[in-house]
Amino acid sequence: MGEKQLMRGSHVIGEAAVRAGCRFYAGYPITPQNELAEYTASAMARLEDGTFIQAESEIAAINMLIGASMAGARVMTSSSGPGISLKQEGISFLAAMELPAVIVNTMRGGPGLGNIAPSQGDYFQATRGGGHGDYRTIVLAPASGQELVGLTRKAFEYADEYRTPVFILGDGMMGQMMEPVEFPEPIDPRSLPPKPWILNGAKGRPSRIIKSLLLDTSVEEDHNWKLARKYERIEREIARADTYLTTDARLVVVAYGTAARIAKGAIKRARELGLKVGLLRPITLWPFPKRALVEMSRQVKDFLVFEMSTGQMLEDVKLSLEGRSQVHFYGRPGGIISTPDEIAKVINTIYHRQHLNED
Amino acid sequence: MVKKVFQRPKYLKKAVFHYCPGCGHSIIHRLIAEVIEELDIGEKVIGVPPAGCAVLAYDYFDVDMGESPHGRGAAVATGIKRILPDRIVFSYQGDGDIAAIGTAETIHAANRGEKITTIFVNNGVYGMTGGQMAPTTIAGQNSTTTPGGRDVKRDGFPLDLSEMLAVAKGCVYIERTAVSSPKNIRRTKRAITKAFKTQIEGLGFSLVEILSPCPTNWKLSSVDAHKWVEEQMVKTFPLKVIKDEVEGVIS
Repeated sequence: MGEKQLMRGSHVIGEAAVRAGCRFYAGYPITPQNELAEYTASAMARLEDGTFIQAESEIAAINMLIGASMAGARVMTSSSGPGISLKQEGISFLAAMELPAVIVNTMRGGPGLGNIAPSQGDYFQATRGGGHGDYRTIVLAPASGQELVGLTRKAFEYADEYRTPVFILGDGMMGQMMEPVEFPEPIDPRSLPPKPWILNGAKGRPSRIIKSLLLDTSVEEDHNWKLARKYERIEREIARADTYLTTDARLVVVAYGTAARIAKGAIKRARELGLKVGLLRPITLWPFPKRALVEMSRQVKDFLVFEMSTGQMLEDVKLSLEGRSQVHFYGRPGGIISTPDEIAKVINTIYHRQHLNED
Repeated sequence: MVKKVFQRPKYLKKAVFHYCPGCGHSIIHRLIAEVIEELDIGEKVIGVPPAGCAVLAYDYFDVDMGESPHGRGAAVATGIKRILPDRIVFSYQGDGDIAAIGTAETIHAANRGEKITTIFVNNGVYGMTGGQMAPTTIAGQNSTTTPGGRDVKRDGFPLDLSEMLAVAKGCVYIERTAVSSPKNIRRTKRAITKAFKTQIEGLGFSLVEILSPCPTNWKLSSVDAHKWVEEQMVKTFPLKVIKDEVEGVIS
């Protein structure tokens, strides 16, 4: 690890990506994530083997990633809501052709053009596949600058290991906020294990095809099941959540990303009032950390889902718990950022309404 | 002594083309494979087939092939070439693919001067989907979505994509040819060779537009379809060198 530096979230992702061996970035301007593209443009220009392309569209950018990934590079693009929608065709192709790629979504208020304030309204889009066809994408949800460093590195590792597109799901607040961070040593992409499937010219080997058209229905079915088995393996291997003050908790807040940081502040305030409240923070949104939630439900009978949306992760919490505990919800969509005091009040209300203060 | 005068090119697989009788794709595939062999670049070539009739090109070319989403060939080829600048990358695209859904990707790749080669097969119709109007369907031409023939007042004019691309400064070589006669086929092969050489020399974006018969969707016999290219299609899309900034630079 190097020295501590004060950096904004967008720059942290760019630096962490380059240090993870990313050598290809293509993107299109959209607020609130332009700082990431700008940082990456400079970082790639400093490298002999780095490529930055400001593409003519979001669609062109994701398709450039398809090509660069076919050619074996670690690749990344970034955007926000409307731009991610445009990329979905390409993301479906990446999933179908089993090509590694990292996609950063700095979420903003939506639907439509919405606004440029921090939001969590793209949870469904990210975790349900987003594009056409039967596929999933890995979705990582960092909550701090330092976690951005680690999860950006992980995103590239997962993408290569599972040969699948990986999302980093942040928001405008995380992108702008400056925090002290430390970076790991950079990886030289030439030191990474060779990928035996890439297209680099059929020299001394049979020619290769990377494609997604499978006209024979039985072949497409086999491919779908093969992908499904891969997704099951990912669910077993990488689902992760963080907990905070849950040992004696009677009410546990479930929140991710920026919402989780706000919730943490609220929990500190509630603890000062003597309320036994904790936090469960999913770090992987897909795969969703089901088991962590189920285990907690043995002790906790009330969960409060807090999201900067009208309730999307809420569905995964309910699906995981299958009625084992009560699930309450509080959401602020549209780019509104709640204060810890506001959430503390919600916690207080639910705590007393559910008689959790009584022995 | 028996002299072998005709054989399968080295970089075509031993597969039977699925293309309809009289279709130009088979001839164009063969020409590309011959050029790859003659330029001795088979171990360096990566091809990008389109969505459309030629999507199955990867079943025929015995070189590395990576499928592109519909219309995005120039963007996919850009990604490959930027990572592997010493390889030879070509996209193979039909008229709907390149001149309708993929117009933006094509113009901007050309304008950036991406060192890739595009083979643009113009048969004036969406072939694989059953004969709908293409951006290059000529005025009066029948298609399943232009009842009574293309009416330019209703359906717009056929798009001269190659002429449009010629104004892009990064684009250095564009020629329009046809595969409608032995003479035109030879001319097409020379153009493909020149386009690949343009890339080998790293000079910029190169494109060959090839007018190609589609007897099935034109509802003509194979012979009549070839005649129709020479007598009708060339009036809208004249066979010519549209841009050449490489003459004298490449051998």
